[in-house]
Amino acid sequence: MIDLTSDFIGIRSPNPFWLASAPPTDKAYNVNRAYEAGWGGVVWKTLGEDGAPIVNVSGPRYGALHGKDRNVIGFNNIELITDRPLKLNLEEITQVKKDWPDRGLVVSLMVPCNEEAWKAILLRVEDTGADGVELNFGCPHGMSERGMGAAVGQVPEYVQMVTEWCKTHSSLPVIVKLTPNISDIKQPARAAKQGGADAVSLINTINSVMSVDLETLSISPTIGGKGTHGGYCGPAVKPIALHMVSDIARDSECEGLPISAIGGVSNWRDAVDFIALGASNVQVCTAAMTHGFRIVDDMIDGMSRFLESKGMSSVDELIGRAVPTLTDWQYLNLNYVVKAEINQTLCTQCGRCHIACEDTSHQAISVSGNGQKRYEIKEEECVGCNLCFSVCPVEGCITMRELENEVDKRTGERVTGDYRNWTQHPNNPMRSE
Amino acid sequence: MQPIATKHNGQSGIAAHRLSQEQCQNNFTDKHPALGSHSAQVEAERCYYCFDAPCTEACPTGIDVPGFIRMISSHNPTGAANLILSENIMGGTCSRVCPVETLCEQSCVRNTDEDRPVTIGLLQRYATDDAISRGDSFFKRVSESGRTVGVVGAGPAGLACAHRLALLGHEVTVYEAREKPGGLNEYGLAAYKMTADFAQKEIEYITAVGGIKMQYGIKVGQDVTFEELRNNHDALFIGVGLAQANTLEIENGDCTGVENAVEYIEALRQSEDLSSLPIGQRVVVIGGGMTAIDIASQARLLGAEEVTIVYRRGQEQMKASLKEQEFAQTIGVQIRHWAQPKALKCEDNRLTGIVFSTTAEEEGGAGTEFELPADMVFKAIGQSFVSFESDGLIFNTEQGRLAVDDQRQTSIPGVWAGGDCIAGGDDLAVIAVQDGKIAAQSIHQFLTARHN
Ligand SMILES: Cc1cc2nc3c(=O)[nH]c(=O)nc-3n(C[C@H](O)[C@H](O)[C@H](O)COP(=O)(O)OP(=O)(O)OC[C@H]3O[C@@H](n4cnc5c(N)ncnc54)[C@H](O)[C@@H]3O)c2cc1C
Ligand SMILES: Cc1cc2nc3c(=O)[nH]c(=O)nc-3n(C[C@H](O)[C@H](O)[C@H](O)COP(=O)(O)O)c2cc1C
Repeated sequence: MIDLTSDFIGIRSPNPFWLASAPPTDKAYNVNRAYEAGWGGVVWKTLGEDGAPIVNVSGPRYGALHGKDRNVIGFNNIELITDRPLKLNLEEITQVKKDWPDRGLVVSLMVPCNEEAWKAILLRVEDTGADGVELNFGCPHGMSERGMGAAVGQVPEYVQMVTEWCKTHSSLPVIVKLTPNISDIKQPARAAKQGGADAVSLINTINSVMSVDLETLSISPTIGGKGTHGGYCGPAVKPIALHMVSDIARDSECEGLPISAIGGVSNWRDAVDFIALGASNVQVCTAAMTHGFRIVDDMIDGMSRFLESKGMSSVDELIGRAVPTLTDWQYLNLNYVVKAEINQTLCTQCGRCHIACEDTSHQAISVSGNGQKRYEIKEEECVGCNLCFSVCPVEGCITMRELENEVDKRTGERVTGDYRNWTQHPNNPMRSE
Repeated sequence: MQPIATKHNGQSGIAAHRLSQEQCQNNFTDKHPALGSHSAQVEAERCYYCFDAPCTEACPTGIDVPGFIRMISSHNPTGAANLILSENIMGGTCSRVCPVETLCEQSCVRNTDEDRPVTIGLLQRYATDDAISRGDSFFKRVSESGRTVGVVGAGPAGLACAHRLALLGHEVTVYEAREKPGGLNEYGLAAYKMTADFAQKEIEYITAVGGIKMQYGIKVGQDVTFEELRNNHDALFIGVGLAQANTLEIENGDCTGVENAVEYIEALRQSEDLSSLPIGQRVVVIGGGMTAIDIASQARLLGAEEVTIVYRRGQEQMKASLKEQEFAQTIGVQIRHWAQPKALKCEDNRLTGIVFSTTAEEEGGAGTEFELPADMVFKAIGQSFVSFESDGLIFNTEQGRLAVDDQRQTSIPGVWAGGDCIAGGDDLAVIAVQDGKIAAQSIHQFLTARHN
């Protein structure tokens, strides 16, 4: 088995799988169980200012988007930061770090936006022996109304300012956790880097409303008749998180800024996606909350076998491997042509490809025969869009064939293999040549 | 399932070539074929990944079922195979022959909400088949201990024990009476479950770990005494199964056409050309266990026109699971309950029919007689344990089998036993494997405690 040891900004852990700051990391009991199960590190549930603890609702905190099989596809919450006394958390953190010296332990923090408040808590965290701090600039509900969380994370200047305070008042590595509720994720990431952050982590949860109860016509879930928007996470947010992570990974201004990826990681394959697109490790919340800590077994085993199959000897070799394959639309090769192909032996004649293409796309799949039907691609209409492939229920039945040195029946032009993107295209009035 | 070939204008009496060689081959192809990767994904998605999963509890070897299914669903079948084989080195055979409908699949929580369990057996097969055919080596022996253990019998119990002991660093010699290893995996299990010489492939995989010496053609108690083995090894494990078929005390019991099911299956499993096996036109099977179902089904697949199982008690008492019974019925086997044989009818020393009398629970009371015409009858009424001529050693027994403690240790110090030859468990491959595993662990403790 490949050694999965990870060194993230100087924080060593036996594998790159950490638990994100959330209920799974709320107290020593959970964290001890997580480490026993094999998790490489945790980010402790966000701590707030000393004083009277936060109050959570006592009604439902969670809403779920279920798949047909009651799998949780998307998950939404209105939980606030920790509702346990600061002193108790700090004592537990101290003990846990002592008991598990080989695991990563980072403490998530969120206090009001003034330097004294940050300084005060940072000093106390430093005494625990924790490996680093994560600044929660992401929580989209409740805390943001009080000028914290996403309210800071949405203003790059604040991000930079608070990061600077933290670097001034603590010797610990500082990870800045970003909110996805912003139009350009690069802005707060650059601000964090400017402020001296050692790394960024993302994404926190996305603003969301789960559903309406069709009986009562009230928002669902409700807290005594009313509900509010909450933070969305789980498998459904993974593509959004992947985009944001990779956007930072290929931003020249963020070059060298390590990324801890969060958002919909459920198994080792998800982790491979994020790491290949520039993350150095991943954090997990929803998958652990829906399946328990034992999912890390599959993550460790699967990642290790995967690296071995690719001839890699460490996770580090995987980091960013797919980043160079990501580009802007304008640089895509417009001379690259594919056509759908239906394997008639595998085809079950369900007709889904036909109706999708016929009703909503390019009318490129014909149907003939009565009783036993036959579906065929009309190459003179097919634009290679992938819709039929996406809706076909039989794996491998529809494939996309690349045209090589032949005439595209739709355009009548020969595909030569020459590269031409939009910046060079004759239809582009602003083309470069 | 593929339709089976049958022929109804065949000869009367016992005859070979009722079906062509090709028809026979088709009839004996895998009756529960392996899942493809797409179906495996879809099926794996159905698993709820239960905590403290009832399927794992129901598995005699304690395989982490939800764990391996999650690995399949994350496209890591190799990891899944590792998880399975670490608990059950014969996970490949068990995925083919376990009565999952009374074990893991019966306990699947999916039965409650939709009456169809996750097909755990097929998923297990999906994961293990590739790993075994590629010879993925998940196991490494620890350094040699210098201790040697003798294992008597190369069936599932003996081989599972040998494998675990070899991993723990001991030198194992397996003494097997026959010319080939596998026990009932090779000579007993239904041919349509163990296709493509799987038994031997699996054994090659198991013994590839090293430290296991196989000695064939050595019958302990005959070719070597038990006492000699005790002197030559630091510990012994007995996994000899049940060597003797029970006899039916009945008049004309030796006329032509009266066959012992286990012996016939043995010949069937070793046959190169199944169509050359002589089989009756009208076949009656007496018994209600796995052997009865298997011989009846296989007689049908060989081309017997009428096959009837007659069992002295009701459907629920049959040891063969409902699914096994249904399988037999689907391919045309009749099952009659509440009747026992009374007399065999013979002409010129050839069987022509069997007279049955109904047993007590049958409506209308016991003792009503009826006759079934038959040219071949199979006795499938169980097998018995045969002890060794063990040079004055007397093993404690229970119900005619070896008595063992929960660590599978016999009444003789330094001697363990497991599988069909011990009292207690059901006679299943998976239980034999678990016995071998537990015994190996206990032997290891014994060997290491004694020498430090
Ligand atoms: C017809 C039939 C169908 C079955 N179908 C199923 C099924 O579908 N599923 C299932 O789970 N179980 C099934 N079983 C039961 C299963 O095969 C047994 O429970 C299992 O094989 C027991 O393993 P074992 O190692 O104890 O004994 P065996 O498999 O019987 O192996 C014993 C070995 O010891 C050897 N041996 C015996 N005496 C000596 C000696 N004196 N010296 C040296 N070697 C010796 C034998 O040659 C043999 O190789 C079936 C059994 C039969 C008979
Ligand atoms: C119930 C719940 C509570 C959370 N609390 C916090 C928190 O206190 N601090 C924080 O930084 N993120 C918090 N998060 C966000 C997670 O750490 C994580 O960023 C997000 O859930 C996306 O990851 P996932 O898709 O694996 O769940 C919380 C998420 C959930 C579901």
